[in-house]
Amino acid sequence: MTDFLPLSGAIAKHVADGASIALEGFTHLIPFAAGHELIRQRRRELHLIRMTPDLIYDQLIGMGAARRLTFSWGGNPGVGSLHRLRDAVEHGWPRPLELDEHSHAGMAAAYRAGAAQLPFGVLRGYIGTDLPAENTRIQSVNCPYTGEQLATVPAINPDVTILHAQRADRRGNVAIEGIVGAQREAGLAAKLLMVTVEEIVDELPPAMNSVLLPHFVVGCVSHCPGGAWPSYAQGRYARDNDFYQRWDEIARDRARFSAWMARHVLGTTDHRGFLDSLRPVVA
Amino acid sequence: MSGYSRDEMMTVAAARMLWDDCVTFVGIGLPSAACNLARLTHAPGLVLIYESGTINTRPTVLPLSIGDGELAETAACVVPLPEIFSDYLQAGRVDVGFLGAAQIDRHGNLNSTVIGPYSRPRTRLPGAGGATEIAAHAKQVFIVMKASPRSFVAALDFRTSGGHFAGRAASGARGGGPSVVVTDVGILKPQAASGELALAVLYPGIPVEEARAAVGWPLALRPEIEVIAPPTAAELEALRALEARTAAAHRQPVRLPT
Repeated sequence: MTDFLPLSGAIAKHVADGASIALEGFTHLIPFAAGHELIRQRRRELHLIRMTPDLIYDQLIGMGAARRLTFSWGGNPGVGSLHRLRDAVEHGWPRPLELDEHSHAGMAAAYRAGAAQLPFGVLRGYIGTDLPAENTRIQSVNCPYTGEQLATVPAINPDVTILHAQRADRRGNVAIEGIVGAQREAGLAAKLLMVTVEEIVDELPPAMNSVLLPHFVVGCVSHCPGGAWPSYAQGRYARDNDFYQRWDEIARDRARFSAWMARHVLGTTDHRGFLDSLRPVVA
Repeated sequence: MSGYSRDEMMTVAAARMLWDDCVTFVGIGLPSAACNLARLTHAPGLVLIYESGTINTRPTVLPLSIGDGELAETAACVVPLPEIFSDYLQAGRVDVGFLGAAQIDRHGNLNSTVIGPYSRPRTRLPGAGGATEIAAHAKQVFIVMKASPRSFVAALDFRTSGGHFAGRAASGARGGGPSVVVTDVGILKPQAASGELALAVLYPGIPVEEARAAVGWPLALRPEIEVIAPPTAAELEALRALEARTAAAHRQPVRLPT
């Protein structure tokens, strides 16, 4: 049975200190509200997993919530650096961060293996790169049929995967539209899948060939409108490109970052409060 | 035609090398502008694939991020990201992959990972993303980078993506590696035997010395260096209109969700 809980209750119940967690969504449907709730509840020692850490992991890392990061591209998309990630790697602030670094193709293969409950993913990858020299988890295997040497990556099976989606029905089926990234694979790879949704509906229409996570793989659903902002939800609200640009300034400086987080995340009780804290004051 | 910027010359030069029905794997920034310019001018059948999973997308404005909604809304289809990398790129279905980086060496190897040692970097860069497998498996790679001795270096700090490295032929890479490096002064192409990059094309009005000074190793020269034609009025008009549409679209305020 899928649990229906408010987001704060879902995080309290399902995410422990030290957990490995994947908040997926490739530029689209990034579960920001859930990430902020992890920060409010002061989770520590997390192993964060995401192809593109994006602003949400920049925030978690800057708040000292992470021990380790599995990732494949750590920039601010279309803007430049993730300054909190850089500060952690370059200067150990606010604490050192272990890196488990991959390419997109490698991480995609690791999620696929995780979803299939296989021990490793295989790909014709990591060719001509220094990455395997720095990450010993990237190995190789000889094909038993052709003898070709192929790269392998250990399966990713997060303790908890958290996704954001447009809709769930009352049974816990979850429908995703638009760019899906590796959401489906990350969801199926998890020991527990939590989903925040824009809307809960009585019934979803039949979804031939579209991306649907059936209720029996969904552990928990939380209603959380706007939960992907400043990323976006196709058909609901657009990506706030301007905020991604402003984040570059906010995150560049430790004090400014900490003040922003204190005011907008720690200083609010939930995602509605977070969004309200950012609205221009109307006289 | 006078009165164009070097960025515009670079974009036009990259666009001209694309052909109708070419399947391209596109990144954000100048490559995205070049591919869309080609699609809007001489190559209407150009197929754009962005790594976010959008296939044959026809955006009216340039995306700011690789996963903008515009790319999904104007795509023939949107597929999961693992499928893009395994079933399209690794399977050898991409004609041209675009790459840029912080550093390039004389064999077209690229670094987008770290400046300084990996374990204690002076500058931590974003990392590989799709680049490593694009470099291996796209049939050709177009590298697009502004030339300067800081980025065109004798030795990389880290090799993120392989160019014409020793052993490439037996490495399992499906593609042919970098076929051109489009810079802001001209175009470098690999020598057939060694794979070393040599100056093959200059932009109008740029002397060979300027190109050599912009590269941090003794730059080889092709026996005959072509001087490319400047952007035509039609090319500039299409590019500027695309950029004006993009700027207008990105100025639209985004309302916070309620």
